[in-house]
Amino acid sequence: MHKTANRSPSDLSKNFSSLGRVIRKLFSYYPRLAPLTVFCILFSAVVSAIPSLFVQKVLAVVEELFVSRDWEAARPVIVHYLLILVSLYLLSLIAMTLYTQIMAFMTQGFLDKLRREMFDGMQELPLRYFDTHAHGDIMSHYTNDIDTLRQLVSQALPNLIQSGAIVLAVFAVMLWFSLWLTLVLVLGIVAMFYTTKFVGGGSARYFMRQQEATGTMEGMAQELMSGQKVIKVFNHEQESIADFEKANDELFEVSRKANTYASLLGPIMANIGNLLYVVLALVGGVFLLSGIRNVSLSGLPFSISILVPFLNMAKQFTGNVNNLSQQFNAIVMAGAGAARVFSLIDEAPETDDGYVTLVNVREENGVLVETEERTRHWAWRHPHTADGAVTYTPLRGDVRMVDVDFAYEEDKPVLFDISVYAEPGQKVAFVGATGAGKTTITNLINRFYDIADGKIRYDGINVNKIKKADLRRSLGLVLQDTHLFTDTVLENIRYGRLDATDEECIRAARLAGADDFITRLPQGYQTELVGDGANLSQGQRQLIAIARAAVADPPVMILDEATSSIDTRTEAIVQRGMDKLMEKRTVFVIAHRLSTVRNADVIMVLDHGRIIERGSHAQLIAEKGTYYRLYTGAFELE
Amino acid sequence: MIKTMLKSLREFRKPTILTLVLMVAEVLIDVLIPFYTADLVNSVKAGVPMNEVIGPGLILVVMAILSLIFGGAAGVTGAHASAGFARNLRGDLFKRIQTFSFENIDHFSAPSLVTRLTTDIQYVQMAFMMSIRLAVRSPLMFLFSVIMAFIMGGALAMAFVIVIPILALGLIFVAKKAMPAFRSVFSKYDRMNESVEENVRAMRVVKGFAREPFEKKKFAAASDNIRRDFTYAERIVALNGPLMQLCLYLNMVFILYVGSRMIISSGGSTIDVGQIAAMMTYGVQILMSLMMISMIYVMLTISLESMRRIAEVLSTEASLKNPPSPLTEVPDGSIDFENVSFKYSVDAPRCAVEGINLHIPSGATVGILGGTGTGKSTLIQLIPRLYDATGGRVLVGGSDVRDYDLKTLRDAVSVVLQKNMLFSGTIRSNLRWGDADATDAEIEEACRLAQADEFIRAFPDGYDTRIEQGGTNVSGGQRQRLCIARALLKKPKILILDDSTSAVDTRTDALIRQGFRSYLPDTTKIIIAQRVASVQDADLILIMENGRIVASGTDETLLKDCAIYREIVEQQTKGGGEDA
Repeated sequence: MHKTANRSPSDLSKNFSSLGRVIRKLFSYYPRLAPLTVFCILFSAVVSAIPSLFVQKVLAVVEELFVSRDWEAARPVIVHYLLILVSLYLLSLIAMTLYTQIMAFMTQGFLDKLRREMFDGMQELPLRYFDTHAHGDIMSHYTNDIDTLRQLVSQALPNLIQSGAIVLAVFAVMLWFSLWLTLVLVLGIVAMFYTTKFVGGGSARYFMRQQEATGTMEGMAQELMSGQKVIKVFNHEQESIADFEKANDELFEVSRKANTYASLLGPIMANIGNLLYVVLALVGGVFLLSGIRNVSLSGLPFSISILVPFLNMAKQFTGNVNNLSQQFNAIVMAGAGAARVFSLIDEAPETDDGYVTLVNVREENGVLVETEERTRHWAWRHPHTADGAVTYTPLRGDVRMVDVDFAYEEDKPVLFDISVYAEPGQKVAFVGATGAGKTTITNLINRFYDIADGKIRYDGINVNKIKKADLRRSLGLVLQDTHLFTDTVLENIRYGRLDATDEECIRAARLAGADDFITRLPQGYQTELVGDGANLSQGQRQLIAIARAAVADPPVMILDEATSSIDTRTEAIVQRGMDKLMEKRTVFVIAHRLSTVRNADVIMVLDHGRIIERGSHAQLIAEKGTYYRLYTGAFELE
Repeated sequence: MIKTMLKSLREFRKPTILTLVLMVAEVLIDVLIPFYTADLVNSVKAGVPMNEVIGPGLILVVMAILSLIFGGAAGVTGAHASAGFARNLRGDLFKRIQTFSFENIDHFSAPSLVTRLTTDIQYVQMAFMMSIRLAVRSPLMFLFSVIMAFIMGGALAMAFVIVIPILALGLIFVAKKAMPAFRSVFSKYDRMNESVEENVRAMRVVKGFAREPFEKKKFAAASDNIRRDFTYAERIVALNGPLMQLCLYLNMVFILYVGSRMIISSGGSTIDVGQIAAMMTYGVQILMSLMMISMIYVMLTISLESMRRIAEVLSTEASLKNPPSPLTEVPDGSIDFENVSFKYSVDAPRCAVEGINLHIPSGATVGILGGTGTGKSTLIQLIPRLYDATGGRVLVGGSDVRDYDLKTLRDAVSVVLQKNMLFSGTIRSNLRWGDADATDAEIEEACRLAQADEFIRAFPDGYDTRIEQGGTNVSGGQRQRLCIARALLKKPKILILDDSTSAVDTRTDALIRQGFRSYLPDTTKIIIAQRVASVQDADLILIMENGRIVASGTDETLLKDCAIYREIVEQQTKGGGEDA
């Protein structure tokens, strides 16, 4: 059913270009701060490379003067150099403090913007997207994927810039000192490069597999934990332990490998650095002794005052190369994360070319006039493209479908020749097996899914011309799977119409027959609902959903198995409210329970996407067809 | 708490200890390296013959190789130990959960158990790995480096006396300030993710009410709130870097100044240039290890909450236990309730069921009717001891359910739960839950009884049809019938259907009951239903309200004596109307 997100690292070039996009985005969000940060990082990197020059100068002075034992003579020179050193340090500190603070600010700001862009985009996606993507996968964009980007922006990128700059700067200074020694160093760098490629690559590969295995483990834990009671009832504990341990072992294997590679990288790189140090010292010693002519940018002759700072710089150099290689993992992971984040952001939004809008109107001299005030009278504002004229059609709730065919997937049609005429105030019921297409019809009316032009008309207007939000505002919806939000009962009801007063919400709850149980909740209407209303029974949740639709007060209502979980005794109590709710409204009812649809004006019996019978209850009973057999219990609805 | 968890280390104790030992060895070498480096530099500087320079050089090479071996090996064993510890911990956690009673499961709730099995364990694994690799390494590194610095540098080492307290105080300040900020951010983060999940789940409602702008605003506020708090926390932590750098610089300047002075005034007799270089290296090592210690501290505190949540599960004893010498044979399917009452928790103001006195003879069919929340499900869950009665006792086959071996009892009492569930696998593998050794003939027979055989055969893959997670690819009625077949395969003495045919049509429902009558005459059958027709022909019908049995009898007597029953019957049969 659900296709799982592709987590394979196969598409490396896509991941790589996604990284580029992250960086461009970062700069476009922060056109001033981002370059400033880069500048500060570079500045502090360069500034921290220069001091070794002065350290060398100090040491040179010491070497020159220590035989003289004349501290007083050496002091001014040394203090002079040290003062330069201190001021360089100060500059570096200021730059560093500045950029680390900006980074903290910028990272979180960037993630916030990215999250919102993702969420805003997601709100515009067609339902099809949510039908075809597992919710766990959608969620992981907000958790795991964003987290990889947090690592990238707050740690990997600054490290990359800084270490990269230091490496380059130090390299230049080393050339200043000695070409021969620098060449030796280059050999070491080649070794380090291949180590990173091999060990770091292995680590990145296994970390991705670890993520996959973690996903599998999560799915499994989810299934077994939610089925825990069934497991108990069937004494199935040992079997589920065996299943779980299998997934657990797999996770262990990849996790062990991933972490092994990752923790090998550090020591290997560090000790290549150490070896390099020794080799440099030895080679330096040989140079000193043999008196080979030094080749360098500075033209300085070879001496101990060159060798000591050079060795220090070599340490700094290899340390930073090590640091660079440690970012490898984070960058590969962030590339994959970024690709997934962008795949959500780039998803094509629900198309909405509608230009007919729903507006408040007032009647003046028999003409409808648009107004800003809440008149509770609504009309469709219809600007005509042909002549630029604007007409107003009063909102009545007349819905017509003519010869509608529909397929969710091409070549797999689910609806054939559906024609439905619902006049304002009429109640139309759909009856049929699961998969017969009942819900699909209502999904077309509110344009959860789109069909070819002109076949569905609302108050005579082609629904494709109506702005989706306005169309849906005019259609009240109560679904079988009620979904409530983490908030108070009152706010959940108000969800139907955001500007409804408390009184209006309570009145709607009374109408739905929900007031009775709500007032008996610990905090009444102020009771917080959590976990999709887990603290309520399914029936109570449906009552709140009905109240939510009631407060919206729309001319058309779609009730999709709205009372399926309410027991028949309670339903009888609710029924009066429901009848009142349906009064003067066009209502589409889908129900399993035939008692619910009995008093509809017209009942449509659906079978495999076709309307096979239509008529009132009495007519259909008299026909003695499918409806009759359903009604007498001789036929099963699934 | 930590002790509870460390019990799960078991076979990974060895690699853990090995890691610690290897880390100590690596530290020793890492600390000695600058010492020999100074030696090398001095030899080079002194212009000693090449063969004498090679000596310390070779020692250094050997040391680097040893350090690589120790460090690498510690990496291998450390990864092995921490991944293994996580595996054992996860397995132990899961096994512990398997012993839990319904009460325990209710207490923890499924989503929270999932988090503990996944995210929490991940945090602990990370903290553990960091601890065994760095918790020994960093303090040791710190200690050795300080000692070596004093041995080598003498008076120069005084620099650290100034620098270390500055850094330590700074780090403590940062950690103390950042910790609560991070903790609050993480919980906000979790809440935001929950609300995104809620939004994704409820997408039809959001779109149906055209509430996209409202949801966007809600999310933007939550996201911005996190940005603010997270920025605050990160900015505090961001002070660590400059602080560390400041200390390094201070150290550098001090050593350079004092060192030069010492060398020059003594004419190079007390210390030399090589030692100055070594002192700088030690400075970096000392300050880095301090930094690491503070990182471990932060990491451990962050994972503290995860540890607490894991330990909580591990130390929770199952609230239902097997008796010491259990009965392993259920003689028959008779059931007695003797003045039974039950509360879901001690603090609950009201009993979920109370004052239940009832005798059900073996082989009888009992129907239970009543509105939602009247205690029907609670009552039947006391029979297979899914919960223990708070007052009175429940007897099966003449003995108290608490005297039976739990497995024996639950094998004899088969319940089809209201919230039933199929698991990912095939239809056949799901049915085998009832009896792992069932033959294909037995499976098909059970399915025929549950009126499932026909639709299963209509699937292209028949009994080997795959069931998706949550059983979403079969209809509600089909799922219910599969669950009934699964329960039948247990060949129970008592069969309980808790609203298990609500999505099945009346005719099939009747066929199922008819099958029970002819093929399971000796099995006691308890049927909870919304539909009167499902219970009308039962030997005994119970009407429940507010946790009590308010009326009992047969269809005939109840129609005469019970107003509620009459009301229900009238509503459902008015004009022949029925659930379809």
